[in-house]
Amino acid sequence: MPILEHLWIILALPLAGAASNGLFGKNWSKTIINSVGIGSVSLAFLSVLEAIREFSLLPDGQVSFFKNYFNWMAAGSFKVDFALQMDHLTIVMLLVVTFVSLLVHIYSAGYMAHEEGYYRFFAYLNLFVFFMLTLVLAANIVLMFVGWEGVGLCSYLLIGFWFLKQSAINAGKKAFITTRIGDFGFTVGILLLFWTFGSVDFGTVFAKAANMPAESATQAGVLTWICLLLFAGAIGKSAQLPLYVWLPDAMEGPTPVSALIHAATMVTAGVYMVARMHALFSRAPIAMFVVAAVGAITAFYAATIGLVQTDIKKVLAYSTVSQLGYMFLGCGVGAYAAGIFHLMTHAFFKGLLFLAAGSVIHAMGGEQDMRNMGGLRKQIPVTYWTMFIATLAIAGIPGFAGFFSKDEILDAAGSGSDAHLTLWVLALAGAGLTSFYMFRLIFLTFFGKPRFDEHKVHVHESPRSMTVPLMILALLSIVGGWFAAPHLLGKTDHFEAFLHPVFATYGVPAGLEQRASLAGAAGEQGGIFATPAMELLHAVTGPPVVLAIIGLLVAWWFYVRRPDAPKKLAESVHGLYKLLLDKYYVDETYERVIIRPFLWISANVFWHVVDENVIDGTVNGVASVAREVGGQARELQSGNARSYATWVVVGAVGFTVLMLGVWGMVR
Amino acid sequence: MSVVPVSYYLVLSAVLFGLGVIAFVFKRNIITILMAIELMLNAVNLAFVAFARAWGQLDGLVFVFFVIVVAAAEAAVGLAIVIRIYHNRQSLNIERANLLKF
Amino acid sequence: MSLPFILFFVFALISVGGALLLMMAREPIHSALSLILVMMSLAGLYLMLGAEFIAAVQIIVYAGAIMVLFVFVIMLLNAGVEERTDYSKMAKYAGIPLGILLLLDLAHWMAHSLIGETPANGAGSANVMISTRELSMQLFQKYLFPFEATSILILIAILGALVLAKRDE
Repeated sequence: MPILEHLWIILALPLAGAASNGLFGKNWSKTIINSVGIGSVSLAFLSVLEAIREFSLLPDGQVSFFKNYFNWMAAGSFKVDFALQMDHLTIVMLLVVTFVSLLVHIYSAGYMAHEEGYYRFFAYLNLFVFFMLTLVLAANIVLMFVGWEGVGLCSYLLIGFWFLKQSAINAGKKAFITTRIGDFGFTVGILLLFWTFGSVDFGTVFAKAANMPAESATQAGVLTWICLLLFAGAIGKSAQLPLYVWLPDAMEGPTPVSALIHAATMVTAGVYMVARMHALFSRAPIAMFVVAAVGAITAFYAATIGLVQTDIKKVLAYSTVSQLGYMFLGCGVGAYAAGIFHLMTHAFFKGLLFLAAGSVIHAMGGEQDMRNMGGLRKQIPVTYWTMFIATLAIAGIPGFAGFFSKDEILDAAGSGSDAHLTLWVLALAGAGLTSFYMFRLIFLTFFGKPRFDEHKVHVHESPRSMTVPLMILALLSIVGGWFAAPHLLGKTDHFEAFLHPVFATYGVPAGLEQRASLAGAAGEQGGIFATPAMELLHAVTGPPVVLAIIGLLVAWWFYVRRPDAPKKLAESVHGLYKLLLDKYYVDETYERVIIRPFLWISANVFWHVVDENVIDGTVNGVASVAREVGGQARELQSGNARSYATWVVVGAVGFTVLMLGVWGMVR
Repeated sequence: MSVVPVSYYLVLSAVLFGLGVIAFVFKRNIITILMAIELMLNAVNLAFVAFARAWGQLDGLVFVFFVIVVAAAEAAVGLAIVIRIYHNRQSLNIERANLLKF
Repeated sequence: MSLPFILFFVFALISVGGALLLMMAREPIHSALSLILVMMSLAGLYLMLGAEFIAAVQIIVYAGAIMVLFVFVIMLLNAGVEERTDYSKMAKYAGIPLGILLLLDLAHWMAHSLIGETPANGAGSANVMISTRELSMQLFQKYLFPFEATSILILIAILGALVLAKRDE
């Protein structure tokens, strides 16, 4: 079992790529940089496949494979090992991360071809893959946190890739600092976890947690606090309310970065973390509810902002925030598998959307404002068709990937044991809005008359290195959801079944039924309807699909049939329109309420008072004391021999008195 | 016929030593200070001899012998230095030779 | 009052008197002569303690050579009355009291030492023959190495004195 024994190889490959490109890439040709960068990730992907193959050879009862490579830290009873583990959940995440990363790397070869710092970009991308894989493969929460922080670092580096642009630098800082706030909660959560369980290792912690009873829904016990603190980190990293503000600004970075980091992988780390820690979350109903509520509210909230944005990437950014909300909603109502399923399908179609948007921007020579586009579908057909497929997927049109995953989540929210009607309504409304604004994007960009000067902008299709990944992702956006297709017919959901062992291991005590198997609810009751066909019909005519189609039609009406209708509507509800356009003034509020006071305190209190007076004062004070004492002491060396002689006599007298009198040495 | 106890000699030695110390601190002429040192050495010699008598051992006398030898050597070199100082500072006042200060 | 006592006190008084004169003299030559007086009386005391060789050495070497050297240097340098300078506050105020304190302390403890009861001369004193012969036996057998070492010491002292006192050419 070569790879499985040495899981660290999967990590080492992208790290080696990053190091090589980072240290030596300056002098290498694009071909070499490409080979190193793309090659390392493809090798990592192949290693993942091989590891999966080896994993499948393990005996049936074994749920996870764990290997401790060396002890990293040991301080008293706090032991952190470099230990990696693999189970079905890890496999899903590994496949998503490595495959989508590979596609983004190939795409970047085309997109960033004319950029300065080409080698730097690939180095950072590889480094990001390394950290993300560490996060996914980690077998204890501290190592996961290393990956967590590492992806945050790479996100900062990549958002601020064009570091000569002030807005990019600011966006990078904003991303890092905002996620840091969440990470603080995460750190405290780790401490509390260690304090409660005496270990940071997942196996040990979950086994101990399995013996603990579920906490009440009204009183917050220690498990609830741990989960809430860890979720605070997820709020930051996965851009939920109130720490989502960095994600739209992160669009300053190159589009492949947005695709990889801010759609497919890094932002999903929070969801992965919640799913991984399900043993704790399932036993903390308050935390579960908070997760679900935050997810649902964010899903709706972000969708409302996305309705009116004009920058193509900003729409997608808010869409990402919204879809992440769905994933958290899924986890929060106990349908962890559904949340992860949506994570996977979202990686496909959102990654595709971003890459295709990059292709559009590339075709338009850098234009990102949709108001200046239009009528592009004949001119860049590949981009158009792939993006259209992705939009169908995200809107939840039956048959495409997003339909299956979103449907499962809404199902769980609406009718599962932890269901909550308000959240279901919010999520449903969000789905409708999603469909609307995504089709709005398509219609504005690709339909109608061109709203730009065709002589100035030379619209051309992107090179093969960019279009081939688009096509692959489009295919996945269609078939990626078919794992769950049989579920519609009343039978088992394959994806669900695949993840079932992971979520069932640390089963919840009676009374709180974990939604480990969605199939069970429908299948065990013998199917709600008599025949598979009726089941299917029921599924495709449910509220989500209806809303999706309504969204499509409204968008078509507004942007194809009557292009001036939006303007009239915006004028009639001008206040509301402005509110949405300015993103509810959240950034401005943060600036006034938090940032400015903080800066004032830092400058006036911490700098002037503490740093200058207290710290410098102490240090200088010590020095001046030394100088003064020295100054006094050196006067002793006066050069006067009689003075010296007198001091000698002083010593002699002292000594004789001591020896003879006090210590009585004379007999 | 009464006897003179050893302690009498020791007290005398102590007194001479003390007077030597006082002279050392009090006087300003370098040569006088050197002479005060010789006085102290003599006092110590007396003590040695007295103890030699008290214990009935000869080691005390050998010590005195060596003390005298060393005192001679020291006086020779010391006075040579005094001559040097006089050449340089034109004064035998020890307080005039105070350049080795902070 | 027996003879040993009387002799002791006489010599003691002379030596203490000499020491006081050394302190109070204004000319260094007077101090030198007082010191010679002290040494002479000490030689007498050594004789009383039975150390004839040492007494002889004291007079020959100490009083006869070292003090002569002192007198030579004093005359060579023509040192007159020393000026009254007082640069050291410490020495001026603390020196003498401390010196007296030291004196008294030592004297007190010497007076009360147990060994002090042993008679040094007169009736009952140990009849130890401290002969020169015995002394030289000790010197050349047990203390041979220090003896040879001191000869080197004297050599060094001669060289040092030569070099230091040479007139600059």
